[in-house]
Amino acid sequence: MGLDQGPWLMPLAISIVKFMVLFVVLLQLPPILIWLERRAPALMQRRRGPNRVGLFKWRLWGLLQTLADAIKLIFKEESVPASAHKLLFQLAPVLGLIPALLVMASIPLGPDLLIAGQRISLNIVRLNIGFLFILAISSIAVYSVTLSGWASNNKFALLGSMRASAQMISYEISLGLSLVPMVLIYGSFDLYDIVNGQVQLWAWGIFLAPLSFVLFLICMFAETNRAPFDLAEGESELVAGFHVEFGSTKFALFYLSEYINMFALSLLCAIFFFGGWQIPFVSHEQLQQLLASQNLASLCGLAVLLIKAAFFMWLYIWVRWTIPRFRYDQLMTLGWKFMLPLGLVNVMVTALVLTTRF
Amino acid sequence: MNPYLPVLFIFVFGAVFGTIMSLLAKFLGPRKASAVKQQVFECGVSGDDTRVRMSVKFYMTAILFILFDIETIFLFLWARTFQTLGWFGFGEIMVFMAILLVGYIYVVKSGALEWD
Repeated sequence: MGLDQGPWLMPLAISIVKFMVLFVVLLQLPPILIWLERRAPALMQRRRGPNRVGLFKWRLWGLLQTLADAIKLIFKEESVPASAHKLLFQLAPVLGLIPALLVMASIPLGPDLLIAGQRISLNIVRLNIGFLFILAISSIAVYSVTLSGWASNNKFALLGSMRASAQMISYEISLGLSLVPMVLIYGSFDLYDIVNGQVQLWAWGIFLAPLSFVLFLICMFAETNRAPFDLAEGESELVAGFHVEFGSTKFALFYLSEYINMFALSLLCAIFFFGGWQIPFVSHEQLQQLLASQNLASLCGLAVLLIKAAFFMWLYIWVRWTIPRFRYDQLMTLGWKFMLPLGLVNVMVTALVLTTRF
Repeated sequence: MNPYLPVLFIFVFGAVFGTIMSLLAKFLGPRKASAVKQQVFECGVSGDDTRVRMSVKFYMTAILFILFDIETIFLFLWARTFQTLGWFGFGEIMVFMAILLVGYIYVVKSGALEWD
């Protein structure tokens, strides 16, 4: 790394173009996911769910419902409570969006592309400390939650934000601990190295560190404040939690960052434990020869990674409608008294096994 | 290129986009402010100022978080170099973890993690 004095204008321009493409894709994410999140439980509970809103005579299974909702949301009147802290109230949703975008941008999405003789990596922020950066940035999201609750000056919001921030920091330790074995096994902080270490099927993270996977999966749900750990917004007790006072576009921003965070964690789970863009039994080089094109092979890798991540996105929705909500003391007990010691034991055992093998 | 240059760009972009988005509602939506509308959401007795003292449990959690998060960071650094450190590094980190474990047991025994 270091501050090399190479040309910077062209690489920066490429990064910006890549980021814009990613951003446009990310903006499409919440409408589709919200639609899925309403249709899937409807089918599970033998209801119909939103199935009306379509284009002219085509109903499209109600796919345009969330688009209509989004337009409605933008044109809603925004009401800021008179007793709220005005500046922080404006700032909180923005503070949630920035880390979400940064985390998304530092996740590699596939092998390099070759366009006009130039190697284009499918990763906007390419750092060799890869996931340390991701862990650091993703913890900034706590500020958004805390500030939004405090700034709205509402007891529901304040309680929700206190709960959410305490929960997020508690599970962040377990999240970090569950990833230490991955560094031990693959010997790098770079997500590219971690994926390249998983070419063989039996070298996938889930087979080498199954306990890590379980811990990571639980932390995934807790970090994004999703069911069964959605105490922060427990609608039966706290109305909506920290974003109860936020309406209109600010509410949309909270939604956007929540879904981006969920997607980022799904991608990370696929990268750490399911070989990222590796296809079982077919290495990237073999795929290149088979398709006779590096770009096609890379796009295949991208598609495979997205399919793996899509499974975890589906898991988020599936779990939400399957498992009831925890109680807050149960949540904290699980985090501090089970996950933390288990994570430590997991690190020790992995290190012991690996040290005896050298 | 300095790899942190795109980070700066995304930071600025996120801030600008977020601000524009949240200011958009001011111009697009209707604006009819009234005293009742600007009250905080409440069902029942209208709320007082909420900037009062919260349960100390939350602060305990925050303090413990700092301790154990620093431990995790140490573990990351060791994990990166442990192939060269071998048994020596393993022994060292076990001592480090044992010391923290004593602290952890103390925290559990003192009831700092009880939520009821």
